[in-house]
Order: sequence, then structure tokens, then C-alpha cells
Amino acid sequence: MRQKRFVREIAEMKQRTILLSFVVAVIFFVLLVRLWHLQILSAEDYRNMSENNRLRFVPIAASRGAIMDRNGTVMVSNQPSFSLAVIPQEVKDKDALLDQLSSLLDLDRAELAERWAKSMGRAKYYPIVLASNISRDQVEIIEENRLRLPGVDIEMKPVREYKGGIIASHLLGYISEVSEDDLNSQGFSDYNPGDYVGKNGIERSFESELHGSDGGRQLEVDARGRVLRTISESNPVVGNSVVLTIDSTIQKKAEKAFGEQAGAAVAMDVNSGEILAFVSNPGFDPSLFSGKMPPDIWKSYLEDKRRPLENKALTGQYPPGSTFKIITALAGLENHKIDDDRTTVNCTGSYKVGTSTFKCWNKKGHGTTNLKKSLRESCDVFYYQVGGNVGVDHIAATAKKFMLGASLGIGLKNEKSGLIPTTEWKQKRFGKRWIYGETMPVAIGQGYVLMTPIQLASMISTVANEGTIYRPMLVKRIVDADGKTIKAFTPEKMGSTGISADKFKLIKQGLYAVVNEPGGTGGAARVGEIKIAGKTGTSQVVKLRDSKQGTPYQYRDHALFVAFAPYDNPQIAVAVVVEHGEHGGSAAAPIAGRIIQAWLDSKKPPQKTPMPQSDDDEEEEDGQQTKEDVTVKGTND
Amino acid sequence: MIDRRLLTNIDWMLACLVLAICLLGILNIYSATTSYKIIGSPFYIKQIYWMTFGIGIALVLCTIDYHLLEDFSFWMYGFILVLLVAVLIFGRRSMGATRWLNLGLFNVQPSELMKLVIIITFARFFNNYHSAGGMSVKDVLPPLGILAVPVILIMKQPDLGTATLVALIAISMMFYVGLRWSTVVSFVLVTIPMFWVGWTYFLHPYQKNRVLDFINPERSRLGSGYHIIQSKIAVGSGGLAGKGFIKGTQTQLRFLPEQHTDFAFSVFAEEWGFVGCLVLIVIYLSLVLWGLNIARRCNDRFGSLLAMGVTAMLFWHIVINMGMVIGMFPVVGVPMPFFSYGGTSMITSMVGIGILQNISMRRFMF
Repeated sequence: MRQKRFVREIAEMKQRTILLSFVVAVIFFVLLVRLWHLQILSAEDYRNMSENNRLRFVPIAASRGAIMDRNGTVMVSNQPSFSLAVIPQEVKDKDALLDQLSSLLDLDRAELAERWAKSMGRAKYYPIVLASNISRDQVEIIEENRLRLPGVDIEMKPVREYKGGIIASHLLGYISEVSEDDLNSQGFSDYNPGDYVGKNGIERSFESELHGSDGGRQLEVDARGRVLRTISESNPVVGNSVVLTIDSTIQKKAEKAFGEQAGAAVAMDVNSGEILAFVSNPGFDPSLFSGKMPPDIWKSYLEDKRRPLENKALTGQYPPGSTFKIITALAGLENHKIDDDRTTVNCTGSYKVGTSTFKCWNKKGHGTTNLKKSLRESCDVFYYQVGGNVGVDHIAATAKKFMLGASLGIGLKNEKSGLIPTTEWKQKRFGKRWIYGETMPVAIGQGYVLMTPIQLASMISTVANEGTIYRPMLVKRIVDADGKTIKAFTPEKMGSTGISADKFKLIKQGLYAVVNEPGGTGGAARVGEIKIAGKTGTSQVVKLRDSKQGTPYQYRDHALFVAFAPYDNPQIAVAVVVEHGEHGGSAAAPIAGRIIQAWLDSKKPPQKTPMPQSDDDEEEEDGQQTKEDVTVKGTND
Repeated sequence: MIDRRLLTNIDWMLACLVLAICLLGILNIYSATTSYKIIGSPFYIKQIYWMTFGIGIALVLCTIDYHLLEDFSFWMYGFILVLLVAVLIFGRRSMGATRWLNLGLFNVQPSELMKLVIIITFARFFNNYHSAGGMSVKDVLPPLGILAVPVILIMKQPDLGTATLVALIAISMMFYVGLRWSTVVSFVLVTIPMFWVGWTYFLHPYQKNRVLDFINPERSRLGSGYHIIQSKIAVGSGGLAGKGFIKGTQTQLRFLPEQHTDFAFSVFAEEWGFVGCLVLIVIYLSLVLWGLNIARRCNDRFGSLLAMGVTAMLFWHIVINMGMVIGMFPVVGVPMPFFSYGGTSMITSMVGIGILQNISMRRFMF
């Protein structure tokens, strides 16, 4: 029990609780009055303010960088395109709006609804693109009906324009809307649904340079979506441009040279590895991929036997056929099975190994044949003999010196490595020992041997410069919007063959004879004023006992030609593959000739030289063989 | 053990009012944080934890006779002063101010504890103070000294809101004890130049900005004035009946700053309108009046002072927070007791309720 003191003070204090209660009540009343003022008297003003009080971020897409050829000619750039967007949070009746839009603009309602559904769950008040690439008429219609379409917006975006249409389509690649998978993966944090991303070719490989960075505007808009003011703005940064090593004029002429034929061609600077032309025929229209692909065109792409969507120069793996005799010949020289032109083989038209008979394309035989003649006339028996003497592993060793059998690192997706068989490879791959008779097809570039057109170009380029392997280069420079160089790529020596120059000289003499001497298989490549050296090749697609007229397209042989020019001072190397073109000399060599002519023209621009029309085809039929126990298969993929 | 008679004297009115506010608060926090991306437990769940913990502490406090506080009051005061000094030296910096002290297991905010300790200290001090007829100027100097030390230390952190609250609680208690008119007049005369000194030497630029923004919110629409404007829009747009639960655009589009803590009331006002606010204010008013009633019913001076102090603490929190949200006071970080999200506020307020309950339960025991 505590002592009770200060009785008077306590009484006074207790008295004051009444006063304090009164004060408290008054203060609370004041608060209520204030609330009354805000919530009842000014309620409408504040409600309007809250409805107008909507900040929105409107992204401004960065203009994608251009792609130019080596001379600065623009191959890919942008043009404005409009798309229909909607801000879901501002739409009261989604179904009614979709009905309205589909009837006003004549768009597929289901498609609009699907795109709407797909983009839900992103940031609030972020416009969803419902239809891209709408016409100017459709834009007008939307503008006219703007007030009846709350939440609907038109976005202007730069769209990709491929100046040459289908020219260089495989190399340039295409862009299309970023996929959901991409969006969810790393490295795509800056992308939003509806953004475009490079899906193939240079567009894909140089996405990070080309894309630029998007800007945006922080806007205050009212409930109807009308912009009240811009609060802040960040400008988009235009993507960098890519300057290719390609010469668009050569590229165009090369593609034209193919006509309707399917195939690939690569033209390369012998002394730097810069690729001047990179052809895969037929091409496709890259612009269709960034818009709405018409189904019939898509179907035609898929059904075309010539496979227009495939980048044959990069991913096509072909048996090199007789062009591979260059490697076999060098393997013979390296392993002292051939001593310059004095070593001869007597070609009787066929070559027996055990029970198998390997035929020369010339059934009558070439008679006494030395290295030069064997190249010139593409004698198969000479190479059966040399190949057999050297052995498959030594052929492969020489091929490896040219860095064949591995991809060259050109910098595009899906580059294939080709195949150079060895005994070890066969053991690993099939669990079987190498059979001696399998070496003969390899010696003439058939059998298991596979090369891509880039590898063919690299091979002939290395012969031309006598031993240096350059990494094939597609991009010269990255430049910014002002044309200032940001990154410059320099030629890269990947390695050297280590084969002496005199051996290359012997080969080159033979290759010169192929084009320029009577009896040479590559005379069709000749162009007036320049000395060309080259090698034809015909590679079997399937083995046929009797090659007759009217072989179905898909079973016809591939025609190949590799060449360099000028002979005395090599500068350009060309590899041409014409799928099912049947004869290297007749189908592929003229294309190579035209490419070289185009290169010559580009050297002296003002003069207009007429296209050479060298149709003096010389028959060539190499690699036709019959045998019992050896399977020779040519593949075309 | 606890006296059986105490249980029969439990103050249900007090308990129910507090519980009602807590539940409304949890509901409101749920709505205020639906637009948040939350990792771990949602805020409203955490608030339930804090509430339960707070009620537990309050119950424990009820079992201890509040008269024991009298014996320890000056020790507690000294201890908190030491902590306040320690905070300035070792404190953890957060959001530009040093308020927290890491005690290994948990962080404490000594300035928050000072709100309670100043109540106990003043109750102890005035319990034996001759004040009949009201205190003279000379009489108020010693208690003002006791008050000034912690207030200056808290302002140094800087935490203007808490410093103001501690001062307001103490001054309210001095009014309760009794002041002569001459004392009040001289107090006002001295305070005005002190404000000037404080403005010039003690206030940080951000605090000055807040005061200036309060006077003229248009001064910086997107700066600190933005908070006041957005809060007023939220409250005003609520209208009579409100926009509905989880339907407040200001809240859900996150125009409101700290909408689950200091601005929780503006979320409530937007979604429940004037009607909701009226209900909440009536509950709060009842709580404060009931607190004063407890002070009045208490038969000993210490208990009555204590009850009055706790009530003053709750009252000033409510008034300052509400005044801030509806644009009557500058933005100071003062939470709404039991209503705003936050463990510290919940525990401090619940301790206060524990003390009130303690006093109320023992009103017949002499």
C-alpha cells in the first residue's frame, strides 16, 4: 500500500482529464472536418486528378544499324512501319474492342486475341502490339476512330529493308519478333515482346552491335490515353552498322550467274581471306520474316527441292569430287610418291584393286599420264594409284594441313566442318577397319570426304597464295551512326600448310592447264583478259550403273569448280558448287568465270564489259566407277 | 502469481479497441501491398506476427505491478541515454540517418524506446513534485532539462519526428501536472527564438525542405512535395464511400510513397472513403478518451501520470500521422499506431497498451 500524498495535486490532475478529453475531441473533429473537405467537398476534383494521374512509359525503339558492303553500298537499312498496339489496363471491354478492330481494319480476330493473351502479365500500362506492319490506310482508320477506341495506340517502328531483295539473303539473314523462349533467357533482359531480333546470318551474329538501345518517354496521360505532358525522355541509341567484306556488285552478278540452278559460291581475297561474294542459290526474301509471312510463300520455300532456306555455302557439305585431287596430288608430292612431272601412271581406263575395278571417267584411258596431265584431264586412275600408294591417313594429313575437316570459324551460326576420313575415324565411327579399296574414292574426293563451299574456297585460296590459310572474313568494320569506325577486323592467318612453294608451283601449273590448255576440263571458265587456273569436280549423289540422259533431278551429280586468278599474281579465289549440275566443267566453271569477270569489272568501275559467253563445254566424267565390295556414296547434305 | 481479482478487472474496452484497429490495419496492409513483388512472407502476415508478439508482451507486462516501474525509472532513463549516445557513435546507417543499434541478436531503435522511458521518467519525477496551483517557470526548468538531453540526442541522428514526439509527450504530461498561465506565456515567448535557432543550426536540408514543401506543396511537385500531393489525391479521390477494397488506383498504381507504413491511412481513406475514415477516427478517439478515463480513474498520482503519458503518446502519433497524410502537417516519419506496418511501432504501442491495461486492472487495488 503506497502512501497517499499530494491529494490536492491529484485532484487537480483528474479535473484536467475532462479538459483534455474536450481538447482531444476538438482536434479529432478538426481532422474530420479536413477529411470532409477533401473527401466530400473536393472529392470530384481529386477523383479527376487521380484518374488523370497516370504515368506511362512509352518505349522508343532504337533504329537498327545498317549493313553495308565493302564499298559502303547499303544492303540493309530501315523504313518506317506502323503497328497497332493496345494498353490492356485502359480497355474496358476487351471483346467489344477486338470486334471493332477486326471489322474496322479487316484483321483476323482470333489472331488479335491470341497476341493479346500472349503478352499479358508484362508490366502494367505497357502497350501490347496486336498487329505489326499495318498499312497506312489502316493507320488512317484508327486515327479517325481514335476516340471510340480508348487504349488503342499506333506505334511507329523502323522496319528492315533489304535493298537487294533476295540478294545475299542467307548471308544477311533476317530479323523477326523475339520469341518467348528468348525473352525468358539470359541476355534478353532489354527486350520486350514485339521487339525484333536477328534470327540468322549477319543479323543474328551481330545482333548486339546492330540492335542499339531503346529509349523511352515517361508520359503523364489521362484516363483516355491522351498525353498530358512528357515528364522525362531518354533518346534511343541507333545501332551500329556492319560493313561487310562482300562486294555487292560481284554478289549480284554471281547470283545471277546461277540462274535457276541450286548451289553455292564463295569468292575470297587470296591474300586476306576477305569474302567478296557469298552465294547460296536460290535465295529467299528476308523482309517476309519480319512481317507476316504469306503462307503460300512459306509453303513454297519448304517444298522447293532446291531448299531456298538453307545456307548452302555455310552448311552444305558436298563430296569435293575431283577438286580434291589437289590434296591427293600434294599428298603424293609430300610423301615422295610423285616426283614432279616425271612420275607417270599409265591409264587404261580402269584400275583394279583386288576384286574391285575403279573406272576412269574416260573409258578409253588417258595413256601415259603425269601430274600436270592428270590435273588437266582429271585422270582418275592416276589418283587411284597415287592415293593407294600414299594411303588414306597421309591424304588426310595433307588435308589437315589445309585445315579441312574442321569449321573455319567464319562467325555465322551452323557452320559445318566437313569430313576428312582416316582409318582411326572409321574405327571410331563404324567400329570397322579401313579397307584398302576405300582409299581410291577418297583420292578422287568421293567416298566419305565432305567439304563445304567455304572450305573449297579456302583450299583453292591456300593453293593460290602457296600455303597461307586465312580465316574467311565476312565483316570488315563496325561503324557507328556517324560512320566512325568502332571496331575494325584485320585479316587473320590461321596457319600455314608448311608445304614448300615448288610443290604448289607444280599444282598451279596443272590448274592453269585445266583452264587454258587443249584437253583441259575447265576451259569454260576462261574470260578474255585474265589468266585463270582452276579445277573441275563432279561428285556423285548416288551410284548409277548407267548414267543416261533424263536422270531425275535429285539423282544428278553435283558440279564443282574451284579457281583462282590471275594465275601469275593470284588475288581472287572462287569455289562454285552447282547442285545436280552434272558436270563441273559445263555447269560450275562458267559461273566461276563470271564471278572472276565481275571482280575484274569492279577493279575498273567506269568501263562496261560485256558478259563473257564461253559455252565451249568440254565433256568430263570423273568418278564413275563400278565395284562390287566398295560402297561409294556421295552425299549432298 | 497474478491475483485472481485482476483477471476479473481486465479492461475489455481497451483490448477491443486496440484489436479492432489492428485488424483494420492488417486488412489495409494487405491491400496496400498487393501490387508489391514480395520475397518471403507478405507484409500483412508479418504484421500479424508483430501483433501477436506485441499482445504477448502486453500480457506479460500486465502481470507486473506498474509501481515497480517507479523504482527503475531513472535507471532506465540513464540506460537509454547511453544507448542514444552509442547510436551516434556505433549506429547502423539507413536511409541517411543513424537510428538503429545492433545488439547482436536484434536491432533496436533507442529513440523509439525513449518515448516510453520519458513517460515513466516524468511520471516518477512529477509523482513527488509540489505543483499545487500550477508550476511556475522555475518549476518547469528541471523537467525541461530531463527532456532536453534525449531530444537533442535524437535530433542529432537526425530523427525530427521522434524528437518532436518525445517533446510533445513530455510537454503534454507537464500540462497534465499543471502549469501557470505565466509559465505557458513565457514558454511560448522562449520557443519562438528557439525555433529560429533550430532552423538555422539543427535542421538538415531535407527537413527544411519538408517544412517548406508543407507550406507550399507546389514548390516541388516531383520532389518531397510529391508525397503530400499524391496522398491528398488518394484521400480526396476516395470520396464518401471509397473506391473499394484493393481498388484504389493511387495505391495499386503505387503513386503513394511508403503506402504500407507511414501512408497506410491514405490507402485506407482512398479505398474506404469518408465513411471508413469516420469509423477509424471514432475508434481512435474512443481509444484516446478511454486512456484519459483510465488516467482519471487511477487513484495514485504515478499511475495516473503514466496512463496520461501513454495516452498522449498514442494521441500525438495519430494526430501527426493523420495530419501528414491529409496535408495538415509536414511529412515526418511518424507511423499510425497499430495501423501502419512495422514491428517497432507495434511493439512500442503494445507496451503502452500493456501499461494502460496494467493501471486499469489495478484501479480498485489499494
